Amino acid sequence: MSKKTLDNKAWLFVLPMFILVAFNAVIPLMTVVNYSVQETFGNNLFFWQGIDWFEKVVNSERFYNALGRQFLYTGIILVIEIPLGIAIALTMPKKGIGVSICLVLMSIPLLIPWNVVGAMWNIFALPDIGLLGYAINNWLNIDYNFTQQPFSAWFTCILMDVWHWTSLVVLLCYAGLISIPDAYYQAANIDGAKPWSVFRYIQLPKMKKVLTIAILLRFMDSFMIYTEPFVLTGGGPGNSTTFLSIDLVKVALGEFDLGPAAAMSLVYFLIVLLVSWVFYNLMMRNEEN
Amino acid sequence: MAKVKLDNLNHSYVPNPNPEDYVLKNINIEWNDGGAYALLGPSGCGKTTILNIISGLINPTSGSILFDDKDVTNLSPLDRNIGQVFQFPVIYDTMTVYDNLAFPLKNRGFDSSYIDKKVKEIAEILELSSTLQNRASGLTADGKQKISLGRGLVRSDVNVLMFDEPLTVIDPLLKWQLRSKLKELHHEFKNTMIYVTHDQTEALTFADQVVVMYEGVIVQIGTPTELFETPKHTFVGHFIGSPGMNILPCDVSDQNVTCFNHQIKTSSDLKNIQSNSKLEIGVRPEFIKFSSTGLPAEVKNVSDIGRYKVVECLVSDQKIKVIVNEGEEVTTDRANLEFNSNYTKIYQDSWMVS
Amino acid sequence: MSKYKWLVPTLYILFLMIPIYWLINMSFKNTSEIINSFSIFPQNITFDNYIKIFTDSTWYMGYVNSITYVGINTILCIVFALPAAYAFSRYKFLGDKHMFFWLLTNRMAPPAVFALPFFQLYSSFGLFDTHLAVALAHCLFNIPLAVWIMEGFISGVPKELDETAYVDGYSFPKFFFKIFIPNIKAGIGITAFFCFMFSWVELLLAKTLTAVEAKPIAATMTRTASTSGYELGLLAAAGVLTIIPGAIVIYFVRNYIAKGFALGRV
Repeated sequence: MSKKTLDNKAWLFVLPMFILVAFNAVIPLMTVVNYSVQETFGNNLFFWQGIDWFEKVVNSERFYNALGRQFLYTGIILVIEIPLGIAIALTMPKKGIGVSICLVLMSIPLLIPWNVVGAMWNIFALPDIGLLGYAINNWLNIDYNFTQQPFSAWFTCILMDVWHWTSLVVLLCYAGLISIPDAYYQAANIDGAKPWSVFRYIQLPKMKKVLTIAILLRFMDSFMIYTEPFVLTGGGPGNSTTFLSIDLVKVALGEFDLGPAAAMSLVYFLIVLLVSWVFYNLMMRNEEN
Repeated sequence: MAKVKLDNLNHSYVPNPNPEDYVLKNINIEWNDGGAYALLGPSGCGKTTILNIISGLINPTSGSILFDDKDVTNLSPLDRNIGQVFQFPVIYDTMTVYDNLAFPLKNRGFDSSYIDKKVKEIAEILELSSTLQNRASGLTADGKQKISLGRGLVRSDVNVLMFDEPLTVIDPLLKWQLRSKLKELHHEFKNTMIYVTHDQTEALTFADQVVVMYEGVIVQIGTPTELFETPKHTFVGHFIGSPGMNILPCDVSDQNVTCFNHQIKTSSDLKNIQSNSKLEIGVRPEFIKFSSTGLPAEVKNVSDIGRYKVVECLVSDQKIKVIVNEGEEVTTDRANLEFNSNYTKIYQDSWMVS
Repeated sequence: MSKYKWLVPTLYILFLMIPIYWLINMSFKNTSEIINSFSIFPQNITFDNYIKIFTDSTWYMGYVNSITYVGINTILCIVFALPAAYAFSRYKFLGDKHMFFWLLTNRMAPPAVFALPFFQLYSSFGLFDTHLAVALAHCLFNIPLAVWIMEGFISGVPKELDETAYVDGYSFPKFFFKIFIPNIKAGIGITAFFCFMFSWVELLLAKTLTAVEAKPIAATMTRTASTSGYELGLLAAAGVLTIIPGAIVIYFVRNYIAKGFALGRV
């Protein structure tokens, strides 16, 4: 733990970065706040609306449907990806050539542009053309068409996300695991601990820090997800896979309804901020221990 | 508790090793039941390897380990019934101190009343009773090492207790306290304890018998006194003692030992000396006196340690250290050094001739 | 049981590779073969899709544009974040903890919320459809990440190094560039990797802020799907080509990947 000296001159170091980020963060947000309390009929004429838009959003069924879909989606994602990531990290090799091979191959999905991920799964899951679609329809004899069936669309979106992002959890957990000194496993061996005890009392506690980061990142990123499901399903069929960001963009850029879009943005942002504040405190408390 | 025997142990970390790949060569040791032993040597000499072979964490390339004459070479650490304390505290952070100590017994299926009795008993001895319900992660380093120790002691059928440089992360004052506690435990329980260290003070104060190792080979086994007074290898001579033994080149002809053209009297038997071997004299600084006769030397430096002084002398280009007790005079400039012949030994190719 | 441990990562990697293989498979077929037949290997291998991409400037410029703004963004992030990370690590100053949290919230900002405001903001500065715009916009979430990663690495370098250099008479700039930066090479490398990664994969803002001049490959690909019908083979080939830069970058940092993803905070 390094001793920090109190010196407000440090602001000089921070200032350039602060200006750059603030430019990107504060000005747009101010714009959004501006729109959220005004109404426009074009021609740059604005009328004060107060909290009307907020009321509309908070009372809108459409918003709640999207919010509900989003929470369901994020919930399923976390329930699948976190345990799966831990399990894979536990079985990965710790030394030898296998380590590099595993790490490189597992990282590849993480570096594919998100629209390519969507397009790839689109091609992959098409009922008669894609391998997955063909296999499910013809080899498993299940009627599967993600462009027409909401359940299939959800299934494909989730499978795509698991394919795309589980590796992040794996890599984080793996980093936590390999930092555990051998002596802990040796002591557990001598104490006669079963594999489950080793996991519960040695591996899991030592992974706490990285797991918190993993859960935070996966929650945030899946809550804000836009590109992959949009390219895959366009939000459909109907609006069955219209998650929060997709809905917001539809309203803002599609329908150009600035007021409601802005209000919705702020509510959205507030939810995200609240959850990240909770997680941030959790992480800082972990680091202090 | 058991007696431990290492029979012809050889070990290499690489498969299909060449002779120079072996980190342990021809190790033969027999340790009695209930003794306190130390494995002393510099880093990399193989002592931690031996420890891990005894505990079963490593399988030796060849040779066997016996507990009470039973071959345990192929048994797992669990089945060997040993306890090991590592260099840094290894505890189960999420458990309380009580649960940490109870863990080995729980895994072996003892019933809770027995476990409770044993845990409280060991906690009392280790002075951990007041912290039993605290989270183990909150204890200081020495407290955590005591927990590690406790997990070994709590099993009454434990064969050997092993320590791998356990005081490395402990503060100096607490180091002394823990050392005393270990001796106390040994005195009361008569466990077979094997203590690995590179610190001669720890080894010599803890053990009844010390095994000194150097580059994978045992150079001497003996009591601390034996190691000090009759070191069988020049390495033992200069590793033990502070400062270590003086090693000087010498010549032997016709039963006479000459060192820098000065005749030296020794207690070694000179019968079997080969003329083309490397011959050296070994004598500890404690056994050299300044006198009127003896090897002429130039006094270069005097360090005052407090209870004694270390005088560094030069004979041609060879440094010799002499210990002079507090209060005694030290001649400046030139002096003559007289060696105590009882403690002056001859070494042939680094091994003592006898 | 532990004999079959290797099965788990193997099956997982297989699962990861299959859709990619399918994409490669598709990229070597022409559209009629794709629509009319189903085969795991291309029946008539054709390089037409790739040839089209390499010869048609609307296509290959997409890649050039993407790499350009990603590169600019990475440099910007490191240059601006490094001094700030140094300050956060070495000094206490008014509002430092709050600033740090505020930075992190920007990483948590939903791009959807910023899409329209960014469009208006950058347009008003005349930066619409430039590489600089996308590079600057991506700073919103990349700089907090860069600061966070580098702060972790800088905290790993003992302060005594700074103090020794000061005592030895180094001026601060000289110390910073000649002594300090070489010490955190790994941290800078990992930061660059992550900036590259998140800028390369992000699509919404990149599309919103560009039209023709700085159009990223992602936008060109979407055009294919909507206008000229479903030219799946071409789409697939374009997709395959976007995977390659990522794979190359991963290969170079493979030794640091695990630790890097934990953002140095393991």
